[in-house]
Amino acid sequence: MVKSLTELKSDESGTVLKIEGGPGLLNRLGALGIIPGKKITKISSVSMRGPVTVLVNRTQLALGFGMAGKIIVNVNRDVK
Amino acid sequence: MKILLMGNPNVGKSVLFSRLTGIRVLSSNYPGTTVGYTRGFMKVNNEPAEVIDVPGTYTLEPTCEAEEIALKMLKTGDVVISVIDATNLERNLYLTLQLLEKDVPVIVALNLWDDTKHRGINIDLDKLESLLGVPVVPTSALTGWGIKDLVKSIPKASAPHTPARSLNERWTLIGNITGQVQQITHRHHRWYERLEDASVKPRFGYIIAALVLTASFFIIRFIGEGLIGYLFDPLFDNLWTPVLMKLSNFMGGGGFLHDVIVGKLISGEIHFVESFGLLSSGIYVPFAMVLPYIVAFYFVLGLLEDIGYLPRLAVLLDTTMHRLGLHGYAIVPTLLGLGCNVPAVLATRVLESRRERFIAATLVCIAIPCVSGQAMIFGLVGKYGGGYVVIVYATLLLVWIILGTILNRLLKGLSPELLIEIPPYRFPPWQMIFQKLGMRIRGFLVEAVPIILAAVLFINVLFIMGVFDYIANFAAPVITGILGLPKESVTAIVIGFLRKDAALGMLALSPMTAKQMVIGSVVLTMFFPCIATFIVLLRELGLKDFLKSVAIMISSALIAGGILNVIL
Repeated sequence: MVKSLTELKSDESGTVLKIEGGPGLLNRLGALGIIPGKKITKISSVSMRGPVTVLVNRTQLALGFGMAGKIIVNVNRDVK
Repeated sequence: MKILLMGNPNVGKSVLFSRLTGIRVLSSNYPGTTVGYTRGFMKVNNEPAEVIDVPGTYTLEPTCEAEEIALKMLKTGDVVISVIDATNLERNLYLTLQLLEKDVPVIVALNLWDDTKHRGINIDLDKLESLLGVPVVPTSALTGWGIKDLVKSIPKASAPHTPARSLNERWTLIGNITGQVQQITHRHHRWYERLEDASVKPRFGYIIAALVLTASFFIIRFIGEGLIGYLFDPLFDNLWTPVLMKLSNFMGGGGFLHDVIVGKLISGEIHFVESFGLLSSGIYVPFAMVLPYIVAFYFVLGLLEDIGYLPRLAVLLDTTMHRLGLHGYAIVPTLLGLGCNVPAVLATRVLESRRERFIAATLVCIAIPCVSGQAMIFGLVGKYGGGYVVIVYATLLLVWIILGTILNRLLKGLSPELLIEIPPYRFPPWQMIFQKLGMRIRGFLVEAVPIILAAVLFINVLFIMGVFDYIANFAAPVITGILGLPKESVTAIVIGFLRKDAALGMLALSPMTAKQMVIGSVVLTMFFPCIATFIVLLRELGLKDFLKSVAIMISSALIAGGILNVIL
């Protein structure tokens, strides 16, 4: 199933499919290891369009809501 | 020789830096920017070498001003020590691989090495060294372990001249390398790791945040009051008062010069708050009233910072801060402002855009009362009951939110989105905490105190010459008319422009009702920061934005005071 990071539930994992942004955003996220093919786990999110916290490369990152919405993830049912 | 320390944020780079250089450290600004860095000196093979702590960066393809500076500094270095968090090879190797593509000798410091054991991580050092083609030295900067080996290995740094790779190629390579050199044994979460997760989840996060902030408030008051009651007050009363009295007698107990230097005697005695002399109030206020709370405040803030709590607070408050045109990280300068507005304005440098820096600095100056401002609020309003103190704080909080929302709407541009790393909780050694505290207190003494003293002297001269009465006459219709304050308070409010502590003493003497004291305190807080903040603000914003900021301060203070006058 394909979802954006904002739609992903907490504790759900998936693989990054694509990032719907310009080269600037790709570069910023890429430097932190958020690239297509990476495994990503959502840890939590703050209500009212607050930031999303994820685990990628064994690092916790917090991303703004808008940015998180641009990261499209292929949800992996069997990865727990 | 010039040695650059480079690495991601939160890898213990600054701790390693102070291990290498010792105490002779200089803080500088990169020319023409607000990006700060520190440099120091060390010896390599008995030759002196300059060491530069380059701002933390994730990539050499810059995404912000600090990273642009890091890239520029890289071109000036003779050797780069690439500092890596050994507990997180995956993320940290990205920058190292980029460094290897440049034409500069590199050596890798695998820092936080002792942490790898707790976290069940096993790294094959020899293999990592041969895969990267540069020396790799495990270190633990917190304890100092491995530092000697690192220094010895600096001359062995080499530049392997690897060809430039693309972003995806680098990540594929990192996957390869970590697959070969790193083994992770799974183990159970420790209690603080559970706390790490809980403190960013909204439900527990807000409860934890409320607990942390309340506890901080009480610890700060406890330490601050303790320092005043048991250290500073006795020092001033027993040692300084006799000296001043001798001086007063020597100068004849009165007269222009006496009142400027020693201050007016109040029923034959020196009163450290109300005498207003350069050597009485001028020294007592910054050292015995403000400094103790500065010490207490920065101690607690430094603790929260080094433990790694602040990024979590930033995440929780991001939504609120966005309404004010800021992102969550602007909570750091805001919290600093509760100690002293001077470092708070300086700390707005961590924000990315000019627009954000303007909003944050203006909001801090208007709505965040510093330690001495808060002493004023408690002193003036507190005697009428705690409820009135709450009104003052609630008003300031409302002003902060409303004014921020307005500025966000009016100023062009978008507020950038949050993108921060949430580091694991770490327990820093006390030595490091006190070192940082020492640096901040030195900063306060050097940045703020001389300006305060100069201002006290200047204002005393003006006051005794009657200049303030003249201005007060001029401002009287506004202050009595719009704010509903008595005529006696006019001079106090005008002086409060430049010296809150003086205004405090004078307001306390003028006949005012509780309502008037509330209005007086709110207006005095918002009107103007102290003279030291004023000068720092001018330096940080430039004349044009500074004038805008001042105009906003004066008008919002009058509006807020006027509204309070109507509704209370």
